[in-house]
Amino acid sequence: MLRLAPIVAVAVLAGPVLAGLAGVLLPAFGYLPALGGEGLSLLAWRQLVAQPGLAQSVAVSLASGLLVPLVALGIVFLFLAGGSGTRLFALIRGAMSPLLAVPHAAAAFGLAFLIAPSGLLARLASPWLTGWLRPPDLLIVQDPAGLAMMLGLVVKEVPFLLLMSLAALPQLRPQARLALAGSLGYRPVAAWFKTVAPGLYPLVRLPVFAAIAYASSVVDVALILGPSNPPTLSVAVLRWFNDPDLSYRFVASAGAVLQIGVTMAALALWWGGELLLAALGRAWLEGGGRGRIDHALAWCGQGAMLLAGSALLFGLVGLAVNSVAGFWRFPHLLPEHFTARHWLAAAPNLAGPLGTALLIAGLATVLSLAVVLAVLENETRGARRPGQAALWLLYLPLIVPQVAFLSGLAIGTGMLSLRPGFWLVVAGHVVFVLPYVFLSLSEPYRRLDPRWVMAARTLGAGPDRAFWTVRLPMLSTPCLTAAAVGMAVSIGQYLATQVLGAGRVATVTTEAVALASGGNRRVIGVWALAQAVLPALGFGVALLAPRLVWRQRRGMRSLG
Amino acid sequence: MAAPPTTGGLALRGVRIGLRGTTLIDIDAAIAPGEVLTVMGRSGAGKSTLLAYIAGFLDPAFSAAGEVLLDGAAIQLLPAQARGVGLLFQDPLLFPHLSVGGNLLFGMPRQAGAGRSVRWAMMLAALDSAGLAGFEARDPATLSGGQKARAALLRLMLSRPRAVLLDEPFSALDATLRDDIRTLVFGQIRRAGLPCLLVTHDAEDAASAGGTVIELG
Amino acid sequence: MLTRRTTLAALLALPLGPALAVPADPTHWPAIAAAARGQTVYWNAWAGETRINAYIAWAGREMERRFGVRVVHVKLSDTAEAVARVVAEKAAGTLSGGAVDLIWINGANFASMRRNGLLFGPWAERLPNFALTDPADHPEVRQDFTVPTDGYEAPWGRAQLVFFYDSATLPTPPRTVPALAAWAHAHPGRFTYPLPPDFLGTTFLKQLLLDLVADRGALYRPVQDATFAGYTAPLWAYLDDLRPVLWRKGRVFPANSAELRRLVADNETTIGFSFDPASAQAAIAAGELPASVRSFVLAGGTVGNVNFLAIPFNAAHRQGAMVLANFLLSPAAQARKQDPAVMGSATVLAVDKLPPADRALFDRIDLGPATPRPQQLGRLIPEPHPSWMGQLATAWAQRYTGT
Repeated sequence: MLRLAPIVAVAVLAGPVLAGLAGVLLPAFGYLPALGGEGLSLLAWRQLVAQPGLAQSVAVSLASGLLVPLVALGIVFLFLAGGSGTRLFALIRGAMSPLLAVPHAAAAFGLAFLIAPSGLLARLASPWLTGWLRPPDLLIVQDPAGLAMMLGLVVKEVPFLLLMSLAALPQLRPQARLALAGSLGYRPVAAWFKTVAPGLYPLVRLPVFAAIAYASSVVDVALILGPSNPPTLSVAVLRWFNDPDLSYRFVASAGAVLQIGVTMAALALWWGGELLLAALGRAWLEGGGRGRIDHALAWCGQGAMLLAGSALLFGLVGLAVNSVAGFWRFPHLLPEHFTARHWLAAAPNLAGPLGTALLIAGLATVLSLAVVLAVLENETRGARRPGQAALWLLYLPLIVPQVAFLSGLAIGTGMLSLRPGFWLVVAGHVVFVLPYVFLSLSEPYRRLDPRWVMAARTLGAGPDRAFWTVRLPMLSTPCLTAAAVGMAVSIGQYLATQVLGAGRVATVTTEAVALASGGNRRVIGVWALAQAVLPALGFGVALLAPRLVWRQRRGMRSLG
Repeated sequence: MAAPPTTGGLALRGVRIGLRGTTLIDIDAAIAPGEVLTVMGRSGAGKSTLLAYIAGFLDPAFSAAGEVLLDGAAIQLLPAQARGVGLLFQDPLLFPHLSVGGNLLFGMPRQAGAGRSVRWAMMLAALDSAGLAGFEARDPATLSGGQKARAALLRLMLSRPRAVLLDEPFSALDATLRDDIRTLVFGQIRRAGLPCLLVTHDAEDAASAGGTVIELG
Repeated sequence: MLTRRTTLAALLALPLGPALAVPADPTHWPAIAAAARGQTVYWNAWAGETRINAYIAWAGREMERRFGVRVVHVKLSDTAEAVARVVAEKAAGTLSGGAVDLIWINGANFASMRRNGLLFGPWAERLPNFALTDPADHPEVRQDFTVPTDGYEAPWGRAQLVFFYDSATLPTPPRTVPALAAWAHAHPGRFTYPLPPDFLGTTFLKQLLLDLVADRGALYRPVQDATFAGYTAPLWAYLDDLRPVLWRKGRVFPANSAELRRLVADNETTIGFSFDPASAQAAIAAGELPASVRSFVLAGGTVGNVNFLAIPFNAAHRQGAMVLANFLLSPAAQARKQDPAVMGSATVLAVDKLPPADRALFDRIDLGPATPRPQQLGRLIPEPHPSWMGQLATAWAQRYTGT
C-alpha cells in the first residue's frame, strides 16, 4: 500500500496540475474555442511583446525573486549565528512564529500604512519635527523599482525562513558543532557560518526555493506595495485576465507562460549562485579566518530581525487602530474618536466564514499531511520508489500564476461535470497546501538519523510500529510546523476558493478580499485581523503543543 | 546450499558484499554463544556494512550474498525486527520522547501471561541491577554519559536478543568510563550466553573482548 | 432568437424536473413567478462597499419574504471573476445549470459578454417594472455605452462622474477642465486620477476628451484608427501639461476609485472624483472623509451612465433571477437604494411619472450635504461608444508607462 504512495500522490495531483497547465498553454497559443480561438497561432505572443513596459515588469519580477530570498535568508542566518542563547533571541524567536500567521495582504496593508507619507511613521514625526501639516508628496510606496514591495516581502519571508530553519536545526546538533569550532578559536558568528550554516542550508533549500517562486510571482503584496505603471509581471497578467475585452485572455495566457519562465529563470540563477558560492565558500572555510567583525555581524542580524518583526507588529497595530477608528486625519497620531461600528457591522458575517475557512483548512491540511507522510515514509523504507521521479509535479502549482492555473482547473472540473462547491474547494486547496507541507517536512524527515529507526527495529519493532512510536513522535515538531504552514496557506487562498466554489463557499478570506476591493481602511483593518486569527491559532498550537507535551523531555526541544 | 549446522551461535557463511562490482567484504566466521568476535579495520573498510547486512539494514545499492545463521537458522532474508539480533551503537540513542523506563519497555517482548505489571517489574529490576534505581521516570536527556550507556545496554538486553552486534559502542565515552562500561557490556553478554560481533578500530576494545580478531580491508 | 431561447429553456428544464419545466419566456410573467418560487438565485456582484452588501442582503430578505426566492450574494472583488466563470463554463461545455444566475454589469463587460454569446435574452424589457422607466426621455436605460441592450440586461442604477473636495481647505473648486489644470499647476502634487484601464481612470479620460474634442459627435461612433490621433491630440496635450504637477509627479497613480478616495481622506490630494454621487456622503458617515467635504460637477455636465443586471446564457435559476431583477426595479427597492444612508445610487425609474404614493417614497429621502441635488448634477453626458474606452486606455499606456 505504502509503496504506492508516490503514485497516488502524483495521480491525485497530476490531473489538476496538468489541467491547470493546459489552461495556460493552450490559450497562450491561441486555442480557446469558447472565445473564438479555434487554431494555434503566435498572435498572443506578438501582442504580449508589444505591451508597453513589459521589459520593466519582467525586470522587477526577476529582481524581486532573487533579492527578497537573499536578504531574508541573510537576516535569518545572521540572526541565528549571532543571537543563540541571548535573551533577545528567545524573545524574538517566540514572537516571530505568530507573526508568520499574518496574511500577506494584511502585512502589506499594515506596512503601507506604516511607511507611506501619510502613514504612522510620518505622523509620529509630524508636525513637531518635520513641519508637515499635510503628507509630503514623496514616492515611497509603489515605487517603480519595486523596493517597497520587496521590503514587504522580506518582512514576510523572514519569519517563514526562520521557522523552517528552527524546525531543521536540532538534528544538526548545532551546540556540539559550535563548541568544537569554539575550541578551535572561532568566534561565535564565524563558527556558526563555518560549521552550522553549510549543514543548515541544504535543509532549508526547498523553502528558499518556495520563497523565490513566491517573490517572483506574488500578486496581492504587489498590488498593495508594488509598482503600478508598469506593474510586476504577475499583476500585469492579472490585469489582462480581468480586462473586459475578453480577447485579452489570450495575451494574459501568454503572459502567464512568460511568468512561469521568469520564475524558472530566478530559480536557475539562484542555483548558479549556489554553485558559485560553493566554490568560493570552500576557500573561505579552509582559509581559517576566526571572525574579525563577529560582534558587528551579530548585532546586524539581531537588529534586522528586530526591525522586520517590528514592521510586521506595528503594521498590525496600525490595522487594529484603523479597525476602531472614527475620523483620523494626517498628522494626528491617533484617531479623533474611536468607534466599534466597523466591528459591529462585521460581527454577524464573521462566524460562518471563519468556521468554513477552518473546516476547509483542517481537511486540506490533514489530507496533505497524510499523503506527504506516506510518500516520505515510503521513500525512507525502500529502494524502489515508483513515481518518485514525478514528484516535482507537486511544485508546479507554486510557480504557475494562480489566475491562469485556476481558469484551466475550472474548465477541467467543468468537463468532468464536477459540481463546484465545498469538496471541490477542499480538493483545490490540497493542490496548493500539499507542496508547502511537502517542502516544510521533507528535509527534516529525510535527515532524521536513520539509526533511531534501526534501534527500534533491532529492539523488535516492525516498520509500522517504528513509524508510529519513534519517527512520528520524534518529528512531531516539524509535522506540526508543516501543518501550521499548510493551514496558513489554505486560509490565504482567495482565487482557488472563489473559482472552485463558484463563489458560493464563503470563507473569511473571500469576504476580506471582496471588502478590501472597496479600499476602506477601517473595514480592511477589521477583516485583516479576523483573517489572521486562524493561522495564528495554528502557529500557536505548533509552537506551544510540543513544549507542553515534551516539557519533561529536554532532548525534544534542544533548539538553536 | 549447505545444510544448516546444528550448533548454536551466529555464523557467517560465504558472506560477500560488493558495491558496483568491487568486493568490500568476504567473510566466513562462526561465533559460539557467549563468545565475542572482533572485526577491526580502518574506517571505510566496510565494518558497518557488515553489521547492516547481519541486522537487516543493508542499503539496496550494495550487492550481497551468503548466509547468516543464527542458532542454525538462516536469517538474512527475514525483516530486521524478526532476526533476534540486537545492536548497540556508538551513541546510546535513548529515544528522547520516552522516559528511561519507557525506553526499556519499548524493546521488551510481549509474552503470553506477562501483563503490564510484570513487564513493569522486570524493567524496575533491570534498572536496579545497573545502579539506576529510581530512574524509570527520568528524561534520558538528564542522564550522564555513563548512565545513558548503561540504560542503552539494559534496553538491549531486555529485548531478549539471540545475538548482539556492537558498533564501536565505547568510542564516544570518556576514557575514565570506558573500562567500566566495557566490563559491564562484555560481562552481561557472556552471562546471557549470547554470540557477539564487535566492530571497532580500538585495539583496547579487542583486547578487552578477549576473543578472535579479524582484520578487514 | 426566439427559437434559440426556447431551446435553451428546454435544455435548462430537462435536468431540473417538472417544477421548472416552464419556458423562461418573460411574457408569461405569472408562470415565471411561479417557477421562481423555491429557487436560489446566485447574484454575482462587486462587494467592496459594506453599504452595497447591506442593501443586497436587504433585497435578499425581501425576496424570500415576498416571492419565496432565496438570494445568495456571491461577493466579488472584480466583476471579471464572474465573467471568467461563465467563460470557463462555456469552455467546459456546461450549457445549462451554470453557477452564475445574475451579474451586476455594464459597459465593456456587457459588450464583451454579449459579443461572445455569454448572455441569456432578451428578457429585460418584458419585466413588469420596466414599464416604470421612460426610455423615450431617458434612452440610457436601454443603451449601455451607446450599445443597445436589446433586452439582454435590465437597468438597475444610475451613475455620474462627480468631483469632491474639502471645502475647509478649498473654498471654490475649479469647475471647468481648463480651470482644473490651472488649479493643479497652482497646487502641485494635490490632484491625480486612477490608472487606466481602471474604469474610473478611463472615465476621467473620456470626460476630458468630451470637453476638449473639436467634434463631440465623433465619439459616439466606433473609433477609427485613421482619425483617432487627430481627435485625441488635445487630450494628450492636456495630460502632458498636467503630468508634472500631478500627485507623485505622475509616476504613480492610484489603482481605482477606492484608492483615489483614500488619498483625499489622508489629505494627500485635495480634489477627488467618483462615479457614485453618494460615495462622498457615505464616506463622511463612515468616518473616512471630513464632514466639510462637498461635491460638484463640471459646468458643462459630466459623463454618466446606467448600470445593469444580466443573466448568463447557462444560468440555472433564470426565473428567480428575473423576479429578482424585477423587484430591484420596483419603486420600493429603487427608493431605498437612492437613500444615501442605505446605498445612495440614483434611480433609473421615471419618478415624475410614478403614482403619487410611489413618488413620495423618493421625496422623503435625505440626501445629506455632500450629495449633489438632482438639479446640481447638471446635464448628464452620455457615454461615448465603448470602442473609445479600450483605445484610450491603450494609447494612454503607450504614452505614460514606465517613464
